[in-house]
Amino acid sequence: MDFVQTPKQEMFRTVLQEFAETEVAPLAAEIDESGRFPRETVIRMGELGIMGLPIPVQYGGAGADTTTYCMAVEEISRACAATGIILSAHVSVCTQPIYQFGNAEQKEKFLIPLAKGEKLGAIALTEPNAGSDASNQQTVAVLDGEHYVFNGTKIFVTNGGEADIYLVMAMTDPAKGLKGISAFIVEKGTPGFAFGKKENKMGVRASSTTELIFQDCRVPKENLLGREGEGFSIAMQTLNGGRISIGAQAVGIAQACLDESIRYAKEREQFNHTIASFQGIQWMLADMATNVEAARMLVYKAASLKDQKKPYSKESAMAKLFAAETAMNQAVKAVQIHGGYGYMKEYKVERLMRDAKITEIYEGTSEVQRTIIASSILK
Amino acid sequence: MKIVVCIKQVPNTNEVKLDPKTGTLIREGVPSIINPDDKNALEAALELKDQYGAEITVLTMGPPQADYALREALAMGADEAILLSDRAFAGSDTWATSLTLAEALKKIGDYTIIFCGRQAIDGDTAQVGPELAQHLDLPQVTYVRKIVAIDEDSITVERVLEDGYEIIEAGLPILLTAVKELNNPRLPTMRGIMEAFDKKAIKVWGIGDIGGDPEKLGLNGSPTQVKRTFTPAGKIAGRIIEGAPRVAVHTLFEELLAKNILKEV
Repeated sequence: MDFVQTPKQEMFRTVLQEFAETEVAPLAAEIDESGRFPRETVIRMGELGIMGLPIPVQYGGAGADTTTYCMAVEEISRACAATGIILSAHVSVCTQPIYQFGNAEQKEKFLIPLAKGEKLGAIALTEPNAGSDASNQQTVAVLDGEHYVFNGTKIFVTNGGEADIYLVMAMTDPAKGLKGISAFIVEKGTPGFAFGKKENKMGVRASSTTELIFQDCRVPKENLLGREGEGFSIAMQTLNGGRISIGAQAVGIAQACLDESIRYAKEREQFNHTIASFQGIQWMLADMATNVEAARMLVYKAASLKDQKKPYSKESAMAKLFAAETAMNQAVKAVQIHGGYGYMKEYKVERLMRDAKITEIYEGTSEVQRTIIASSILK
Repeated sequence: MKIVVCIKQVPNTNEVKLDPKTGTLIREGVPSIINPDDKNALEAALELKDQYGAEITVLTMGPPQADYALREALAMGADEAILLSDRAFAGSDTWATSLTLAEALKKIGDYTIIFCGRQAIDGDTAQVGPELAQHLDLPQVTYVRKIVAIDEDSITVERVLEDGYEIIEAGLPILLTAVKELNNPRLPTMRGIMEAFDKKAIKVWGIGDIGGDPEKLGLNGSPTQVKRTFTPAGKIAGRIIEGAPRVAVHTLFEELLAKNILKEV
């Protein structure tokens, strides 16, 4: 067991930090305020190979491991959590499953441009009546000759409207329940596939979140990912992996809360002393530093297990749960340390507190994570 | 075209603190980086490679840890890296360093351009590049801020002066030193980092490999000796002369004349 970064990991982190500080952070406040999608950053992440970081080189990726990819999500989220989720949604829940479950033609056609960052990816699982109960899929895909005909609505799709390639879950055989769900690759621009409402969110505002509407949308038969009926299993395996990167995003947010709090505590003077000299603040900072490190270790452990092809669903749920709750708690403390200033938009912690909340909700709420962990330890 | 870029691994002086008692650098925990001007030199080489095609060798002299700086250069796009590392090289001043680099460059041979940074942020001498050109009997242009043109046997560059710049055309091969105005060094790509560690090897050359005379290298070959280092006294705080502008200016002139900073003519 080795907790020391290798020189290669150190270089990855240094380069990712430099990228995040010089190209991601300067936009963060503006795109949070306006809700503008940072296309220029997505293009740069493609050029640098971040959009395909854990995908093998033969498919246009960089061939790095999951831990390194987590570092990327962490460092980018530390600068801008919205950019972090754009990356995470693209890599973890669209590009990865196409790599894992796609056939040779699908990899050639979809995986390579995704991994190179030439195309942006998204996943569409959630529906108005299928949130934590993801099995309750109402979107249907009916085989008709060489096509599946899609009808239904997906909601809360991260990268919706901006992405070119969507991994869409749909019911191909309602009689079979869970075993009747299948996964498909659907391209933007397919007739009958439209984008509905764009959500106006509390946090991660620069990431696009939209409805997807399918009306007699004909998707080529060859876009079925895996086999018919494997969709729910693909979705669950995908979310297992995705949770690690949401944990990484939460670690980035939690670290940013700590960074900002330390800086402010050393600058802000009250009663003729910096507030960092008060033990009450010191203990808050000490707790924050300890929690963020613990969260990071859980994330890296889950990532390491995934890389070693060992079971990791319990660990990824723990990492996501703990990191998300740490990010939220940390954000509340960071605002408290900043006092009145922390409540103002001029200070980054105001944004961090809004950004942190979603990590306790998406890709499985904290309650769902606890259910996963409990069922794993009680079986 | 073969370009050799000489780099130095230095402590990131932005993060260095001084021990208030001894006046020496606290190097513990300070990250090491490629000297900034050397990175500009490397970027210039990479841009020439992108535009005309070139084979880039990075060369450094240093302890085994300098491997990391070379890996970073490889990650940015250099093709080959050589580390000159030997106890016999320890304690080198700029003279011995440039001699060692010269011996290595004779072994590398076949270069069109040798690119160095203007100066290192730890020593600030700006001597190694020019000395190296002398040892190799090469033309040199220092403080290059722009490469204007290059062809088979000549290169045209802009060289920074204190109050402007000059345009110089020179024959090849040549040694150039880079200033930071030359370019903005690129970030390595993710794949570049992977390959720098997994696919590319670093050659380590000791004194036996380059065939130098041990008496002329390292501490033995270094005429410079540091007697003492100290922190210069801080600047004296400025003083604002109060009063109406006409009177205040008069007072200012009086004081400057009294201190012989200005002279009446």
